[in-house]
Amino acid sequence: MARYDRAITVFSPDGHLFQVEYALEAVRKGNAAVGVRGTDTIVLAVEKKSTPKLQDSRSVRKIVNLDDHIALACAGLKADARVLINRARIECQSYKLTIEDPVTVEYITRYIAGLQQKYTQSGGVRPFGLSTLIIGFDPHTGTPSLYQTDPSGTFSAWKANATGRNSNSIREFLEKNYKETSGQETLKLAIRALLEVVESGGKNIEVAVMTKEHGLKQLEEAEIDAIVAEIETEKAAAEAAKKAPSTRET
Amino acid sequence: MMKIDFSGLDPAAPIKGRTDELCGDILATPSFALPTTHDFDGFQKAAVQMVKPAKGTTTLAFIFKDGVMVAADSRASMGGYISSQSVKKIIEINPYMLGTMAGGAADCQFWHRNLGIKCRLHELANKRRISVAGASKMLSNILYSYRGMGLSVGTMIAGWDEKGPGLYYVDSEGGRLKGTRFSVGSGSPYAYGVLDSGYRFDLSVEEAAELARRAIYHATFRDGASGGVASVYHVGPNGWKKLSGDDVGELHYMYYPVEPTSVEQEMTEVSVA
Repeated sequence: MARYDRAITVFSPDGHLFQVEYALEAVRKGNAAVGVRGTDTIVLAVEKKSTPKLQDSRSVRKIVNLDDHIALACAGLKADARVLINRARIECQSYKLTIEDPVTVEYITRYIAGLQQKYTQSGGVRPFGLSTLIIGFDPHTGTPSLYQTDPSGTFSAWKANATGRNSNSIREFLEKNYKETSGQETLKLAIRALLEVVESGGKNIEVAVMTKEHGLKQLEEAEIDAIVAEIETEKAAAEAAKKAPSTRET
Repeated sequence: MMKIDFSGLDPAAPIKGRTDELCGDILATPSFALPTTHDFDGFQKAAVQMVKPAKGTTTLAFIFKDGVMVAADSRASMGGYISSQSVKKIIEINPYMLGTMAGGAADCQFWHRNLGIKCRLHELANKRRISVAGASKMLSNILYSYRGMGLSVGTMIAGWDEKGPGLYYVDSEGGRLKGTRFSVGSGSPYAYGVLDSGYRFDLSVEEAAELARRAIYHATFRDGASGGVASVYHVGPNGWKKLSGDDVGELHYMYYPVEPTSVEQEMTEVSVA
């Protein structure tokens, strides 16, 4: 087995590309990222490791713009992310220049996934060690979309998804609690999902909301704290409601 | 040795960046070596000059309230020799887009066909039709990359997309203009005269077709390099439709029928005395 895991361009006898799978491991070690699609709002929420006191937190934005109507968050190797993001941003403008229309979310996702795939089929390179969550509104129809790509170069559309640390538990939570939401409800669902695996508090989460009219809006720490507080009270109320009938019986 | 860049003939690759070293031979574009003359610039100039007179044609297109009207003649001339009276100068790129031919016939036919392929590939990849703006830009980018190499193309791309009727003029210098009225070719001054004086945005389809037909006819009357058949096409929301193809000789007698004149001196049979 060890013989088949060095070079990316070599299949193992049982059909694995080990470098790609190791890249997925790198993603699993990255910070948690959640994306939720609503009817008129799409939300990205990313776990923020505690910032060292001397670090300027504004220089480590984890949710970035690819164009006015498309945003991206990722989990995995941040340096690799920078390269992919730059190429995607150039492609967005190049497309606009040749086709005279903004890119669709599906197009730029396909482009990023295509780039990731290319690096799994060439000599002397390694795959990008990150999975991305791409959100945006279609410039023609205005429908919201959420896509995910991974190091193997596959991509698909999602109603809600998570990647990075503990993404399985977040996805389980989303599967249990997802319903079509809009506006503030979508935002709360995303934050609730992330809070399943992340310590509560505005300084541990980075949240951005995209709407058709206002584009991408990064939330301030205070705003996040307020919503987290709202979620906590709702949770406490739900717990109390559950406990109340049983106490009456005894 | 220089090589011509044929990347315009690529199937639409998802990655557009050329600086990617990973492509290597996989996406290598077909190319052939250029002639090894002493004076390549002179050779280029001579090649361009050889093709230049061939923009002997009249084509026109205009946008009106019901879409785009496209019309052209059908004469091909080589200097003073009329090589064909039945050339199809309106090229069907796809069911909702037309291109006109002026300049080198082979150049126009080939690159329009190539554009049709690229439009279809765009549709398949993106699940939506390409806009007229996008298609015309693809063509003009390709023509720009061959700038100075002797291509002779003066074309109009007419179509109907989500934004409504679209009309662009694209030429082999690499120029691209968006507009509502264009005429291209040696007969265009004559066509413009008729077209500009008769044009109104709110023409009906029949009126617009008649205007286009008359403009082509008048151009063929005065311009020796235009003639044959005046074809008229209409591009509407459901695609293009050929409306008519009338021989310009017959059109002449339709517009200017021969009046029977009174005879001044009649020749009568003189009976043999």
